[in-house]
Amino acid sequence: MSADTQQRTIRCLVAKVGLDGHDRGAHVISRALRDAGFEVIYSGLHRSPEEIVQAAVQEDVDVLGISILSGAHNTLVPKVVDGLREYGAFKDTLLLVGGIIPEEDEADLREMGVAEVFGPGTSTDEMVGFIRENVPER
Amino acid sequence: MFDPDDLERIREGKREWEAETVAPTVERFGERRDAFETDTGGRAVDRLYTPADVADLDYESDLGYPGQEPYTRGVYSTMYRGRLWTMRQYAGMGTASETNERFNYLLEEGQTGLSMAFDLPTQMGYDSDAGMAAGEVGKAGVAIDSLRDMETVFDGIPLGEVSTSMTINAPAAVLLAMYVAVGDQQGVPREQLRGTIQNDVLKEYIARNTYIYPPEPSMRIITDVFAFCAEELPKFNPISISGYHVREAGSTAAQEVAFTLGNGLAYVEAALEAGLDVDEFAPQLSFFFASYNNILEEVAKFRAARRLWATLVEERFDPDESASKQLKFHTQTAGSTLTAQQIENNVVRVAYQALAAVLGGTQSLHTNGKDEALSLPTEQSVRTALRTQQILAHESGVADTIDPLGGSYYVESLTDDIEAEAREILDAVDDRGGMRPAIESGWVQRRIQDVAYERQQEIEDGDRVIVGVNEYRVEEDAQDADVEEVAEEDERAQTERLDEVRAERDDAAVEAALEDVRAAAEGDANLVPPLIDAVNAYATTGEICDALRDVFGEHQPGL
Amino acid sequence: MTALVDRLLAGEHRALARVISKIEDRAEGYRDIVAALHEHTGDADVIGITGSPGAGKSTLVDKMAAAYRERGLSVGVIAIDPSSPYSGGAVLGDRIRMGSTVGDMDVFVRSMSARGSLGGLSTATTDAVRALDAFGKDKVIIETVGAGQNEVDIVRTADTVAVLVPPASGDDVQMLKAGILEIADVFAVNKADLDGADRTVQQLREMLREATVPTGHHGVDVLDGDSENDREEAENWEPPIVETVANRGEGVAEFLDALADHAAYLDRSGEREAVERQRYAEEIRTLLRTDLQDALDAEIQRRGGIDELARRVAARETDPYTVADELLAPIESCLDEESATR
Repeated sequence: MSADTQQRTIRCLVAKVGLDGHDRGAHVISRALRDAGFEVIYSGLHRSPEEIVQAAVQEDVDVLGISILSGAHNTLVPKVVDGLREYGAFKDTLLLVGGIIPEEDEADLREMGVAEVFGPGTSTDEMVGFIRENVPER
Repeated sequence: MFDPDDLERIREGKREWEAETVAPTVERFGERRDAFETDTGGRAVDRLYTPADVADLDYESDLGYPGQEPYTRGVYSTMYRGRLWTMRQYAGMGTASETNERFNYLLEEGQTGLSMAFDLPTQMGYDSDAGMAAGEVGKAGVAIDSLRDMETVFDGIPLGEVSTSMTINAPAAVLLAMYVAVGDQQGVPREQLRGTIQNDVLKEYIARNTYIYPPEPSMRIITDVFAFCAEELPKFNPISISGYHVREAGSTAAQEVAFTLGNGLAYVEAALEAGLDVDEFAPQLSFFFASYNNILEEVAKFRAARRLWATLVEERFDPDESASKQLKFHTQTAGSTLTAQQIENNVVRVAYQALAAVLGGTQSLHTNGKDEALSLPTEQSVRTALRTQQILAHESGVADTIDPLGGSYYVESLTDDIEAEAREILDAVDDRGGMRPAIESGWVQRRIQDVAYERQQEIEDGDRVIVGVNEYRVEEDAQDADVEEVAEEDERAQTERLDEVRAERDDAAVEAALEDVRAAAEGDANLVPPLIDAVNAYATTGEICDALRDVFGEHQPGL
Repeated sequence: MTALVDRLLAGEHRALARVISKIEDRAEGYRDIVAALHEHTGDADVIGITGSPGAGKSTLVDKMAAAYRERGLSVGVIAIDPSSPYSGGAVLGDRIRMGSTVGDMDVFVRSMSARGSLGGLSTATTDAVRALDAFGKDKVIIETVGAGQNEVDIVRTADTVAVLVPPASGDDVQMLKAGILEIADVFAVNKADLDGADRTVQQLREMLREATVPTGHHGVDVLDGDSENDREEAENWEPPIVETVANRGEGVAEFLDALADHAAYLDRSGEREAVERQRYAEEIRTLLRTDLQDALDAEIQRRGGIDELARRVAARETDPYTVADELLAPIESCLDEESATR
């Protein structure tokens, strides 16, 4: 017998990778996701790709949002993707990147499995909507 | 300032005007909005300001004269009629030699001061070959791994004739040591070196987050730099107490003033505790603010900050020298107001922000390139940004008289309001034991994050119009800016140069110098002299910062 | 489902993470998973850390984890934030302070929020501890804010409970009396380098002396008469007070020693078994209560909902006792049949 009411909650990891310390966007997005009813785990600053992978795997998040403003995305994002694959977590984690990403890099990031790149001026509503529509089935 | 009878007549007149002239119009046509507010503070803006709004203003004690306390109208007696503000464009990218080229170009173009940006590994005290540096070398600024890089940056630039501003904080003492070492090599007497290091670590914990050590030892490094500069580099500003990043993290104008001046007070207190005399170093303190789009609010903010600093220093430290109460500041136009959409619009935003800074009496100014929302600015956009300042200086006429908005009923009223609000915030800070405890508990950060979140919601709800973003949009190719990028090979070249330095130097001398740094850190001796010895031995930025990490530990932030 | 359990038992991190998600979500089949894991549990040492916000819990837990790792032990951490705003969402920031062991997968940190029901959180915590225990963690640390009864229930899942006290005004220490004092097996006065730390230690000591009730969270409500008698002859555990400066790692070794002393005491005195049985009794009761409640809620729903039943009572068509009897009758008759056939 199981009369338990299921309460699936979307879990997100908002991650700051690399040395870039600008966290205004990460904080605003964390709050917006929280207000949308999601559970948000904030990584804190200056994280290495390995640390982000560890957090994403252990927390079993549905969404991994990487905020990166320093321009180091080409170096750091592939390492995160590789790490997620290593733990078998890549397939059912929605990977998002927010920050200043040149167009040609954006294409590369999508190629390697980033679901969406949110540039400057993106509304948090847009992001919440995207997550609701694209969160992986489990 | 006004005759009481006149004021009464004016109040009566305004009431009549509101009732008889305004009310019927508002009834028929309404106004654009139900309520008007200032940019970030949510401060109500009245329809019309009159002498009644500044009835309590005492000209002599509240405004006074330029170059005299309380410096509301300006810190110098002739202001821009004597000398224009320093046009200082923040630059630094890729390698040391590229930065050297950019500096030479800017000096030829008529720029009057150099401003140096460092890449993140340097700002965090890592060498270019450190694990955490991967992908970040030469981005957002120049990589300085050792004195060798600093020599390259200033090759052919006589340090006795330029003033150099360095945006460096946690490892500021190390970079200052390198600058002094290059000056020594050029044979420039130390007392002729001019410039500023940012060296403001408290705001790093609040907003910018390029910290290394915990607050306590960080404050000690800072006061050591104060003492060294007071002794040996009298023309060098040992700190630039920065509200810019606080504001960019989302604060209101009043919070920007309050938290920045609060940090300033904390530094003065730390220096006094370290045994310095207030008049020894206070005149060398400099500040750094942001300039936003709401021109009149920004002008009022700069004026309020000047008056409040003079008052606070007087109240708390009672210095002998007037100069100890002068708030001198650099301004940068607000990077976060630049939009990735319709980037040409940013030229206009930057121009208004620059106008506000000049009307507010800034001592130096950086104007952003229009493309900085996307990447490092191109040479062309840097030129336009500099031309914006030159047009202000030479064509607009705003530099020809001092504090031209002084006496505006609105601006004076707003100046009073911002000052009063900043004071209230500072009282709340004092209740928490001062800025350091208020920062360590996260109170300051949460206040700012609250405003940032509200502002984002206003934009998304359409309550706040951002031209080209949530209104007046056009279809455009995404990011068609001519984006300048840092080549990946630069990272490799930089680490190779670092290897060369390590191969050529005397390792025993490096180890001995680093040991001296550790010993100084453990004891009470001033850190700067052993740092100069260490950079002269070509110890690297990362090695020196690690030596200090050994003694001081690293800062662990919370949420 | 069994595949997931097998993968967890085989040491796959991802499977452990997914099991905890299913526990939190009350996802279909989670009960079978937890049931399957139970026989593999019982080896982990479960430690609860509680205290007011800002007491330095996360920092201390970070240093604890690092110290256990140095001793070659694997660690699981459940960091609980019981605050839940109206939206049901939460921002969980405890991981940020877990800096000493990042990159070390043998420290498994999981953040949990209340999801609108603190009662449910305590069940979920118990089950998540099981998952970590079955996975093979040597030490499982539960970290939560010690604010009210529900948080106390959460932390009761642990064998040893440590309460963190920051140096503070007397008022705050007074506040501890309400509920927290009784559950503490060990006190840590953290941030002991700050002003007022000595006074806080002093006040705690006095308070413990004054306490007439047996302290230690296992001291009350012992399961049966036998163990109560045992206990009177057995030694009494007196909670030690340890001073720590967690962010510098000072006092952490002494703190761990105090925890180990308490664990040894539990074994020596037989308390561990007694408490374990008490805990399982409580768990069975809780499960039955909620399951029965859920079953009844479903039955009420089938009969038109509670409002409809209330309307009929108000209209004098029926009365509350008859309604209750009607709802319970099928369950009771089932149970009667069951016992008749046994």
